[in-house]
Amino acid sequence: MRFNLDKAMGIYETALYVRAKRGSILASNLANSDTPNFKARDIDFKSVLRNAAGVSSSSSMTATNAKHIIPGGNSAQTADLLYRHPHQPAIDGNTVDAQIEKTKFAENAMQYQTSLSFLTGKIKNLTSAIKGE
Amino acid sequence: MSLMSVFDVSGSALSAQSIRLNITSSNLANAETVSSNREQTYRARHPVFSAAMQAFTDKPESVGVKVKGVVESKAELRMRYQPEHPLSNEEGYIFLPNVNAIEEMANMISASRSYEYNVEAMNTSKQLLLATLRLGQ
Repeated sequence: MRFNLDKAMGIYETALYVRAKRGSILASNLANSDTPNFKARDIDFKSVLRNAAGVSSSSSMTATNAKHIIPGGNSAQTADLLYRHPHQPAIDGNTVDAQIEKTKFAENAMQYQTSLSFLTGKIKNLTSAIKGE
Repeated sequence: MSLMSVFDVSGSALSAQSIRLNITSSNLANAETVSSNREQTYRARHPVFSAAMQAFTDKPESVGVKVKGVVESKAELRMRYQPEHPLSNEEGYIFLPNVNAIEEMANMISASRSYEYNVEAMNTSKQLLLATLRLGQ
């Protein structure tokens, strides 16, 4: 049986990466909660995770010519960043709702820790298999 | 590590909010500063925030805040007829700043709330990073 350490961690490694990106986006929203004309942004976790995991969705563009420019980074590119639909935009054009962003940030942190504990479980399984206990 | 960039982003917000608090306290401190002409009278100041855009760099997801500048309020100055005041002009008027104390207090509360939840975001990210460092132990 061939063993691949890259695949041993499953989707959790990618999930952790995308969760960290999302944490950064939500922190940016919170930081700009008083900036005029700032639009709150977020990502669609499901599609970004799918893209990051290597499964291309129908909406993603492919380079068919050597001169095509591929947007940088391997996930959470500019195209993946969506705008949040505001419930009550401020008069200065700001669409950040601090309550929503705080909730999403806490939720994202929770899910990050969930992915971490899944990863810890995987590592524990591997070490016990290696030690043969 | 994109969680590291949370420190840059939230840190810039902390700095911006503390500048805002500082300006609010200057306004409140000078709310009763008297002068004898329009030009020398203190005017309420307000910071202008703008997003530190990095849209075309490698990190489009982290957008910090920067204070673009500080503008003076264009509201009318308060004039008071007080001929016995040592700083009154020929017509007996003194000029008082256009600081609106209620507006400044509201601004202060808003700034301190924003400061608080940015600190919270930094704390959460710190805990997550530490948990990641302990991964597999």
